[in-house]
Amino acid sequence: MATSVQTERTEPNTYATITRDVFNTIGNPGRGYYVLLGIVLCGLAIGGFSLLWQIRWGLGVAGYTPPVFWGVYITTFVFWVGIAHSGTLISAILFLFRSAWRTAVYRTAEAMTVFAVMTAGLFPLIHVGRLWYAYWLIPYPNQRQLWVNFKSPLVWDLFAISTYLTVSTTFLIVGLIPDIASFRDKATGWRKKLYSITSLGWRGTDQQWRHYTRAYLYLAALATPLVLSVHSVVSWDFAMSIVPGWHATIFAPYFVAGAIYSGVAMVITLLVPMRKIFKIEHIITVDHFENLSKLLLLTGMIVGYAYFVEYFIAWYSGNPFERASFWNRAFGEYWWATWTMILCNGALPWLLWYKKLRRSIPMLFVLSLFVNLGMWFERFVIIVVSLSFEYSPAAMGHYTPTWVEWGIMLGSFAWFFMWLLLFAKNFPMVSIAEVKEIIPLPRKKEVHQ
Amino acid sequence: MSKSPGGIMAVFEHVDVAADSIRALKEMGHKDMTVYTPAPLHEIEEAIGHTSSPVRRWTLAGGLTGLASGFAMTMWMSYDYPVVVGGKPLGSIPPYIVIMFELTILLGALSTVAGLVFHAIRNYRAAGYDPRCSDDLIGIFVPCPVERRSAVEDMLKDKGATEVKVEV
Repeated sequence: MATSVQTERTEPNTYATITRDVFNTIGNPGRGYYVLLGIVLCGLAIGGFSLLWQIRWGLGVAGYTPPVFWGVYITTFVFWVGIAHSGTLISAILFLFRSAWRTAVYRTAEAMTVFAVMTAGLFPLIHVGRLWYAYWLIPYPNQRQLWVNFKSPLVWDLFAISTYLTVSTTFLIVGLIPDIASFRDKATGWRKKLYSITSLGWRGTDQQWRHYTRAYLYLAALATPLVLSVHSVVSWDFAMSIVPGWHATIFAPYFVAGAIYSGVAMVITLLVPMRKIFKIEHIITVDHFENLSKLLLLTGMIVGYAYFVEYFIAWYSGNPFERASFWNRAFGEYWWATWTMILCNGALPWLLWYKKLRRSIPMLFVLSLFVNLGMWFERFVIIVVSLSFEYSPAAMGHYTPTWVEWGIMLGSFAWFFMWLLLFAKNFPMVSIAEVKEIIPLPRKKEVHQ
Repeated sequence: MSKSPGGIMAVFEHVDVAADSIRALKEMGHKDMTVYTPAPLHEIEEAIGHTSSPVRRWTLAGGLTGLASGFAMTMWMSYDYPVVVGGKPLGSIPPYIVIMFELTILLGALSTVAGLVFHAIRNYRAAGYDPRCSDDLIGIFVPCPVERRSAVEDMLKDKGATEVKVEV
């Protein structure tokens, strides 16, 4: 067995090896996979218990203290929406740029997008407490004949997030169809039935590809402005109000760059163990990681620049409230959160200027964890620290999250990883058709030459 | 195509041979063949020479519908139960652009998929199928009446098809 694995790595990828190796990912993934799944299910149980506790006893069990009524839930909501973004960047924007390296990694990134939005979408509901009234956000005819307020960024957010969830799910499913068809043609037993249904009768005919490639192009073209709009709208949840530290025109691009930065880090965090567990190291290679880390470097520089500009404008504006707010961020009660964020997002990505580090997978993995941590704290700093320190000293307060909030946050990570692990074991986690597209098929004429 | 009288199914290992055979078949007058490929291959697409897919019209129609319905919904609901918020006009276009934009994307994407399903599902049981065509082979199915089969079969073998068989 060991020798066959070795030969697999040295042989060049062909159409047949791609189908075979990706198909093998749905085989027995080994003990590591089940250990991870077990850990994830324990985390989910903790999250579920915390949520039930909050439903039973009400929102009072969260640590909300006036004036901080947006805490860990909204922080984690923004975190997960941000994670989603790099998936669409890799699957749609790099598709429009005809970037060949994206083909091997985009499926995982796209699945990550869908699961991250699914996770993010839970938080506004958990945050409002009585989550069974969540449908009040939707404009529907009701007995009071009252409509939702379309001037509110929270309603924009509902439209943006639900559109994003729908479109990215559609995009993922459309991309999956030809690959599921390849699985169908290889599988046996119940899996053959499953893939026969889910491949929707795909046969790869010239007519099907003709419509498919066009549809895929337009979906990518629609997803690209969508992804830029979603985090802009999320940023306007803050920027549209007059809280010092929130009311800034830089917010939309700042949030989008941060979102892609955190998302690329999450893609790296996911791909490192996945390619090992599913033995696809020869499809997702060090070159892919180097390209991802270049994206990480670029967006990290933009995020670092945005931090600098925020502080600069706070000083340069001459607005005493803005200045006080930013002074409080760096040296106030929450200084540790701010410095964690600056260290992880502003300083550590500079290491990626070294090619050696960009090509070292263990280093990248560790760095990606720090970036994830830093980006969570960025949202915490923006949301909680700004709210706790507004205009009037009499109205300032200190917020400390409770175990219920940490439990639900932990549960959200578990929920996210659970979907990813289940997806990776049952569906093609590398796009078979698109990886094939960039490999030349054998030609007869060249053989003669 | 669903009333196809059966025909010839050939599979190819080499992409240039398959493209040559497609051109030769078109010269022989067989324009209603079905080509199976594991991935979209430019060489094959060029040999077949399809025009642009009509899916783009679905995208445009869906996008415009979304834009119009976003405008109509926000404006109508604002005036149906007038509530002044923040001293702004009842129908404030700038904030409503966000809703219009999101609905443009949403309906544009959904109708693109509807168009894809509508167009790709026609001819779906067109002909014979070889499961290897989703792996690493290119398949061509040519519907043709019994009396012309031997000519087509000979031509495909001559061009270098890996396998040629009659499908009923």
